[in-house]
Amino acid sequence: MIAANTKRIKKSAADVREGRRSMLLLFPYAILFSLFILVPVVIAIALGFTYFDVINKPSFTGLMNYIYLFTQDTVFMKKVLPNTFLYALIVGPGGYAISFLLAWMLAQIQSIPRTIISLAIYTPSMVGQVFIGVVWKTIFSGDQRGIINNILLELNLIDTPIQFLLTKDYFMQIMIIISLWSAMGIGFLAMISGILNINEELYEAAYVDGMRNRFQEIIYITIPSMKPQMLFGAVMAIVNAFNMGWIGVTLSGANPTPEYAGQLITNHIDDYGFIRYEMGYAAAISLMLLIVVYLFNKVAHKFFGSKDE
Amino acid sequence: MKKRHKKSKYMGAKINPKYFSASQIKFYLILIPLAVFMIIPVIYVINQAFKPLGELFAFPPTIFVKSPTLKNFKDLFELSGTTGIPMSRYLLNSVLVTLITIVLNLFITVLAAYVFSKKKFRSKKVLFEINQLALMFVPTAVAVPRYLVIVKAGLLDTWWAHVLPLAAMPVGLFLVKQFTDQIPDALIEAAVIDGANDITVIRKVIVPLTKPALATSIVLTFQQVWGAVEASNNFITDDSMRTLAFYLSSLSTNNTVAAAGLQAAAGVILFVPNLIIFIVMQSQVMNTMSHSGIK
Repeated sequence: MIAANTKRIKKSAADVREGRRSMLLLFPYAILFSLFILVPVVIAIALGFTYFDVINKPSFTGLMNYIYLFTQDTVFMKKVLPNTFLYALIVGPGGYAISFLLAWMLAQIQSIPRTIISLAIYTPSMVGQVFIGVVWKTIFSGDQRGIINNILLELNLIDTPIQFLLTKDYFMQIMIIISLWSAMGIGFLAMISGILNINEELYEAAYVDGMRNRFQEIIYITIPSMKPQMLFGAVMAIVNAFNMGWIGVTLSGANPTPEYAGQLITNHIDDYGFIRYEMGYAAAISLMLLIVVYLFNKVAHKFFGSKDE
Repeated sequence: MKKRHKKSKYMGAKINPKYFSASQIKFYLILIPLAVFMIIPVIYVINQAFKPLGELFAFPPTIFVKSPTLKNFKDLFELSGTTGIPMSRYLLNSVLVTLITIVLNLFITVLAAYVFSKKKFRSKKVLFEINQLALMFVPTAVAVPRYLVIVKAGLLDTWWAHVLPLAAMPVGLFLVKQFTDQIPDALIEAAVIDGANDITVIRKVIVPLTKPALATSIVLTFQQVWGAVEASNNFITDDSMRTLAFYLSSLSTNNTVAAAGLQAAAGVILFVPNLIIFIVMQSQVMNTMSHSGIK
């Protein structure tokens, strides 16, 4: 009895030491993670209830920011919110569906052409902000040197160049095209390898069981067998959609974008935070953004998450 | 008999085929034009960067350069802007910041991945969940609070302001941890019996066996840091401490046609290192991605 007790104490003492060592190893990551990811989120939540102009101390204003946001800020309700949802729905789930279909097709061709084609499709996602700005500003340039304008002029479809980036008419469509263009990132790569790793016997078994076409195959075999990659890809697609928020400002060269046509939540935050220095209000909008991102993720988990974990 | 025939009509998809067959043609018909569409803008800007002034102004505009020149790159290097700081300084800053961030990121990521994968402690599951939640972290959403943290921590106008915010990368930790899960516990136990402590285990077992995931982490960190402008924009006021990406992006905001060649050259300088690193590590990245699933 006593022996058993001391053994237990010894064991737990060893456990504690082991636990401390683990914590020590985890510490560097944990501290940086907390400082630059966790704490900022907490501060954003707290600041959302204050008026804060960076110079004076934040003063508590309760729900004022949120009340203003939903009742007075017509730009937010009429432009920013609808824009963000339209943009995020097409670039997030839309881009996701496209990257799955591409991955699925790529998995069914030979290895060398697959590598080359995937590299071509992946490249736009890694070119970076500056490059994207340069590329698409020249392509959609509002004078006759702009590639698109030049083609339209040549085909006699228009008489004068269209100011693609300075007017509201095509602004959102252009933003969406560019975002989709650069959306095939690591989520896309994860899905390719997810499909490639599916055990081929599964397909054979399903085929023996009477599977009739590719559509059934995708629904009953491919997607269920790569759920974890599907979920990773979904999270990456959503994050990408919201992280591309700078695109409108880069294209038009101004915040706000022409007649708020491309104004997304992230631009609205920048507008209030770093142009008007209403940090409290900007933080309240940030919280809205985090909630929207979280909701999108919840949906993704509903579709592809596994119940056991 | 009839039923048998019906079955044989559809043979199931051929995943990762070794040989070409006619059934692949339809995929090529979609994939090749698409790949061209994706890559043409990139090729266009690369060509643009090597065009002499005459070709940049040419009408109608052309995609491919006829008589390539390095003049745009030369001009870019000689241009020191209004600040009087030469581009080589920004380049040096970027290289240093990127290297330090990658090293720091690798170090803290390996340690954390080892703990999350192989150690048992109470709050482990919750903590990893938090990290997983942070995969969807959108940095721009908390640009303001991040700025406040930097100020409070006394990091404003220091080199650390470039490095520390980007060092802890949830995606990197996630991928390396998933990969570490593949290492059998027996291997680690054997090392421990031989007298290895945690650091030795990490150095001799974990690092060599998770190389693909670490390579992926390097690729991702590089992409983030090399193109990052947040720190230079918000946390640094001293021009001589800002990075190349910031300098080149501030260049592209004054949009004159004469600057088109310079901007293209700037874009190429920022993009090519990304491309090279990715191509070099491509097979490792794909290897890692097969363990990337979220359960």
